[in-house]
Amino acid sequence: MANVILKVANLCKYFGGVVGIEEVSFELKEGELLGIIGPNGAGKTTLINLITGFVKADKGKVIFKGRDITNLPPWKIAQLGIVRTFQLVKPFYRLPAYKNLVVALCSPRVKTFRGGKYGKRDETALNLLEDVGFERDSAVPYKQASDLPHGYLKRLELARCLALRPEVLILDELFSGMSIAELGSTLPIIKRFKEEGKGVIMVEHRLKELFEVADRVIVLNFGKIIAEGTTYEILENEDVRSAYLGAEEEEAINA
Amino acid sequence: MAQYRKERLDRPIKARCEDIFALTSMREILYLIFPRALLIVGVLIFPLLKGVVGLYWEKVLVITCVIGLLSLSWDLMAQVGLISLGQAFFFGVGAYITGILNHKFSLPPFVTIPLGTIGGGIVSTLFLLPALRARGVYFSILTLIIPLLLSRLIEATKIFGGTEGLSGLTPFQNFWIETYLPIFALLVCLFGFRRLINSDYGLIVQGVRDNDRIVMSIGINIYKIKAHILFISSLVGAFAGSFITHYYRFVGLPAFALDYSILPLACAILGGPGSFAGALVGSFILVPLSEVLRVLGSLRVVFYSLILAVCILSLPEGIFHYIQRKYHQFERIVEI
Repeated sequence: MANVILKVANLCKYFGGVVGIEEVSFELKEGELLGIIGPNGAGKTTLINLITGFVKADKGKVIFKGRDITNLPPWKIAQLGIVRTFQLVKPFYRLPAYKNLVVALCSPRVKTFRGGKYGKRDETALNLLEDVGFERDSAVPYKQASDLPHGYLKRLELARCLALRPEVLILDELFSGMSIAELGSTLPIIKRFKEEGKGVIMVEHRLKELFEVADRVIVLNFGKIIAEGTTYEILENEDVRSAYLGAEEEEAINA
Repeated sequence: MAQYRKERLDRPIKARCEDIFALTSMREILYLIFPRALLIVGVLIFPLLKGVVGLYWEKVLVITCVIGLLSLSWDLMAQVGLISLGQAFFFGVGAYITGILNHKFSLPPFVTIPLGTIGGGIVSTLFLLPALRARGVYFSILTLIIPLLLSRLIEATKIFGGTEGLSGLTPFQNFWIETYLPIFALLVCLFGFRRLINSDYGLIVQGVRDNDRIVMSIGINIYKIKAHILFISSLVGAFAGSFITHYYRFVGLPAFALDYSILPLACAILGGPGSFAGALVGSFILVPLSEVLRVLGSLRVVFYSLILAVCILSLPEGIFHYIQRKYHQFERIVEI
């Protein structure tokens, strides 16, 4: 039985009178990949913002390894090892790709697993980029981020998170806009990361790829969890179908 | 018969990145050093020409350096995304601390200037710490208000000499010290800032400006970074104020004047922000220009403003960046 690494309990967030997230609770175990899906505006990104401290919760708790981290500032949460990507990729466009990672390697967290030292950042950055598929001996890692195609930028996001050796990796629509070939090289990285006993939370619209790696899936709609279970259970769930496709019978009656 | 073609001077030395150079000969090293050497030698020699250019222009050089320092301090804050409209605040706080120390306790300049610089830096940073949470234009407005508020406060409460100011302060009594001190400070700041911003720490600083959410998400406290940069900037601004207090032998309400906020900003924008050298180029154009235009009498400000407007409209990237681009595009004829 694997340990619970991250626990979310009764989390609530209201924007004025609008429900962002309401009474959301779930657990993430070591070595588990939890998928979060839901229609647009369901509150998936808000949930991530709440866990990582970018948005302050109105109610509820986020517990990381037994420690209450609710409403800590984002940098404290990142230092503890909960690291996220952003849905809209906005890297440091003026910097070369590898320098983008050098910034991440300046994080205080890097010192903790390098024996109080930062080491050679440029070298480490190039190695990390090679891991996510930036061709080592080409000019790609040295290109300005503004000149890189979207797929590379997405993988740069992933590399930036992996640079911090996170305990919990949160990916906000990492796969959107990636080509099939890019997906093929990225999925094994995430699988390998999971097998090291770390937790992964993935918000995703590309269900086929998500279901390939997810152990468990949560479905959000209007800020609430409407279904939770294995990928098979989710696909069979009536509520999920109606949330995504609309309730057909009712519409037929009204018409 | 030999054939020839044109080749850009920077072609052989650019390696992979825009700003990594591979130097293989003395000639290439000279090519890179020349602009820097021109500046350093130029400003260092100018005071020695006292007999030729006259004391008046030496004073203009000193004021240029002071405005240049404020301009550099503005540019540094802009690097972390803090657009200041109140460089006069740092300047005034430094000036008043120095003036009070000299007036009340009769401390000599070599004590009051370091104290005024460090004290001014600490006081202004503490004052602006709560404002760091404000973003964009809100921060700018706060910095604009504070020096105006302080000057009214001094005027109303008549503390620190009120509207009269504190006069009769100790002069430097030595031409070489009072001229070379701001020049050295300017060169140290210019090359120091350029080194700082190109270091890994400088990358974080620029990261906070470009996308602070990423910087937070990798575990770095952005307010700490902003506070560091604010402190360095205010140290430089306070030094300029401290120096000018002893140079003019007077400190008063003009130390908080809008001129010291707007002129450094204009210099940095005209020269081209983001490179520090631009801020310097800007101040070395605007300050002497203002003196040259004195022959026009009352129309001085009109022409001054027109020249400024035309420059900014025609060279929006900044004069320095324009010159830099042209310099790297120089061609030579080589044999094929």
